[in-house]
Amino acid sequence: MILRSSPYDNQPTSINRVMQAVIYSLIPGTLVMIHFFGWGVAINLAIAITTAVISEALILKIRKRPLKPFLMDGSAILTGILLALAIPTLSPWWLVFLGTAFAIIIGKQLYGGLGYNPFNPAMVGYVMLLIAFPQEMTAWINPLDHSLTVKDFFNYSFFSELPANRTYDEITMATVLDTVKTNLNLNSTLHEIRSGNEALFGGLAGKGWEWINIMFLIGGFILLFIRVITWHIPVAFLGSLFFISAFFNGVDSDFYATPLFHLFSGGAMLAAFFIATDPVTAATTNKGKIYYGIGIGALTYIIRTWGGYPDGVAFAVLIMNMAVPTIDYYTQPRVFGQENK
Amino acid sequence: MKPRLWHFHGGLKLEGHKAMSMHEAVVQADIPRRLVLPLQQHIGEPAEPIVEIGDSVLKNQVIAQASDYVSVPVHAPTSGTVISIEDHPVPHPSGMSAACIIIETDGKDIAIETNTTPVDYKNLEASALRNLIREAGIVGLGGAGFPSFIKLNPGPDARVETLILNGAECEPYITCDAMLMQDSPRKIIDGLLIMRHALNIDKCIIAIEDNKKAAHTMLVNALREDETSFINVIQIPTLYPAGGEKQIIKVVTGKEVPSHGLPIDVGVVCHNVGTAAAVADAILNRQPLIERYITVTGDAVKQPRNLRVRFGTSVESLLKQCEGYDVQQCIMGGPMMGFELTSQSIPVIKTTNCLLTSRKKYHAPTSMPCIRCGECAKACPAQLLPQQLYWYARAKDFDKIQDYNLFDCIECGCCAYVCPSHIPLVQYYRFAKTEIWAMERDKQKSDIARERHEFRLYRMERKKVEDEERKRRKKALLKAAAGDKTTEDDKKKAAIEAALARVKAKREQQNSQAKNVNEEELTEAQKKAIAEVEERRIKAREKQQIKIEENKEESGSS
Repeated sequence: MILRSSPYDNQPTSINRVMQAVIYSLIPGTLVMIHFFGWGVAINLAIAITTAVISEALILKIRKRPLKPFLMDGSAILTGILLALAIPTLSPWWLVFLGTAFAIIIGKQLYGGLGYNPFNPAMVGYVMLLIAFPQEMTAWINPLDHSLTVKDFFNYSFFSELPANRTYDEITMATVLDTVKTNLNLNSTLHEIRSGNEALFGGLAGKGWEWINIMFLIGGFILLFIRVITWHIPVAFLGSLFFISAFFNGVDSDFYATPLFHLFSGGAMLAAFFIATDPVTAATTNKGKIYYGIGIGALTYIIRTWGGYPDGVAFAVLIMNMAVPTIDYYTQPRVFGQENK
Repeated sequence: MKPRLWHFHGGLKLEGHKAMSMHEAVVQADIPRRLVLPLQQHIGEPAEPIVEIGDSVLKNQVIAQASDYVSVPVHAPTSGTVISIEDHPVPHPSGMSAACIIIETDGKDIAIETNTTPVDYKNLEASALRNLIREAGIVGLGGAGFPSFIKLNPGPDARVETLILNGAECEPYITCDAMLMQDSPRKIIDGLLIMRHALNIDKCIIAIEDNKKAAHTMLVNALREDETSFINVIQIPTLYPAGGEKQIIKVVTGKEVPSHGLPIDVGVVCHNVGTAAAVADAILNRQPLIERYITVTGDAVKQPRNLRVRFGTSVESLLKQCEGYDVQQCIMGGPMMGFELTSQSIPVIKTTNCLLTSRKKYHAPTSMPCIRCGECAKACPAQLLPQQLYWYARAKDFDKIQDYNLFDCIECGCCAYVCPSHIPLVQYYRFAKTEIWAMERDKQKSDIARERHEFRLYRMERKKVEDEERKRRKKALLKAAAGDKTTEDDKKKAAIEAALARVKAKREQQNSQAKNVNEEELTEAQKKAIAEVEERRIKAREKQQIKIEENKEESGSS
């Protein structure tokens, strides 16, 4: 007879529910993304989710692990979704496939699967693609160009066929972050960049991008409200990004973008609420989460401003993932009945 | 006036399920044919039986006596015959067996004749009072079962300021304390007064979770006018585990019992309300502890209720009385900290507060890997990091796990309850604790063995050195003799002469110092006689000396 130790009751939560909540909270941002960047988002999502589930199943099978509980937990699907949202919408299928397979197999399963991966799998896949295929990974379509149909995206993804009379270079363009960076390197001031690329800029940051970020922010509030995540990481991340950019913007507003531009550009909000908060790879103590978030915010700013890539979120997350064990060790909370350290 | 209350970290709001067992009035449970009384119903050393098989015993008679300081006696709960003293399954999470006295009851329930006049405790020394409480076999009835008289003995250096009676009863389903507070509020207060006297303090608090309004009202109404100035009956928020000793002290006083410390370190002594009632019985009614309120509840009994049960009554007998049916699982204690019983023949003991039955065995959902979500850390009332403890328990990294304060874990089960991966976390911590204790025992053993071994090596070394020294001396002696180029006889002669010389020297020494007193006062004849005796003695000694010397020589050269 197997004796189970107390307690003999449990809360009806499960990993599955946690992952589901995260996935549902991504819906507003995803819909707005489809609005600005077309149905390619949906195609990428479909490819990524399929690849993620198949890769996960394959490795589980090889590792002789039960398939059902691990496929049903939703973690592989979530990794696929997060990666798909980070890949340009007009992309060949193999780009999404390769990134997702790499994320699940190398980034997650080879470390032992759910709960054992030190690095955020979606970011591992993303960074691999960014380094290996920089051109494909930085070309987004114009957010105001709504002319591409589902069929167009489908044909490009699977057959590399573009609509008649249109070229790849004409359809795609650099993102706002990319444009700003490139032109700053050419010694243009922010004012000049802005007036030279009026079509790219919205009220806060890049056109389209600002709305996507706002919707991910709303999704993040939902996660906070239903207590799937705590405030520590998003607040620390966005706070440090805000204050650092505010400082440099205050020093020289010609060459350093505004805090709002940083907060609502690129993957800032998606990372703050959905990627950096991945519990497996984030710091686990409350104090640690704050240091972890501050680190990501600071590194994101450093890479965006002085690094070689337009956006630094993915690198920042991976670098801070490495620091997690140390952060956790030195930020243990005061135990009941112990003196304040 | 509403007293100020404090919070402890974490905790859970749990469904109480308390009403179901509170509809029926408490009645005496049937006394079964056989009572099984474990010798250990408390923390500490088991009691020693002082009856033999075949002895007739009467109700309240001591059948086993305290064997050590941390021990209390066991009394016969009813009259009957001792039919066996043997190992029997006892209440324990492992389902183990331990020594029990088994009494066949005679149904007459005749009590032993004793002095029944109430003790005038107000004119009694604290130590005498403690002794009476000990002799009544009283242990903490809240669950742990620590001998109560020890907790009433804070020691000469301790400064106790507050006595807290714990009526929180925070675990779901359990209602025995609530019923007791409703039925016998005055008895609890009387017990409190006795404890207060033993501790020689003023301020007392009775703390009750605010889901037990009736109990609170009854206790408040039972207070006498003059007692309200020093006894405060307060309600605390219902939040599991508010009834944990450290938690209730924090809530009521704002003080934190130090990690690895005792309540006494913050000037608090904490007892369960049931214990207070037992103390009142022992001092005012001269009634030792032989029964208690026990909740029998859950969905596998038709009549969930509280019963007054004699210790040693089998679980089976209680379930029968409450019309148990299809009992697939029976937990002793509550759902959060209780343990599943392996057999219904297990008796109830002093620390049994509840039998929780179920028609469905609890099957935890399959465990998934830890995703470090931190829900457990949010819930942990000890402010630990259960996710890290789990990690190190799995890795059997017992040094690291102690860095993370494993031994501050109170095993309340909050972490496992909220875990979305359904990991039996408490089980891991119990495992780690057991392993560490075993390692410490092994280490102690091996330390002793090592010390012994080292001493043996030292002894052998010393012997070697001594032997060599002896040999060396002998050699030197031989060499010296050989240097004279004399024969064996000469050698012997030389040795004899040397011995003689030594004796002479000694004698002279003796003569010079140790003479008898007042030689001047002796007559000439006396002096002469003494001299003669002396001479004879010396001669005899000389002879002896020579003989010894010769023997030595012989054995040495052979």
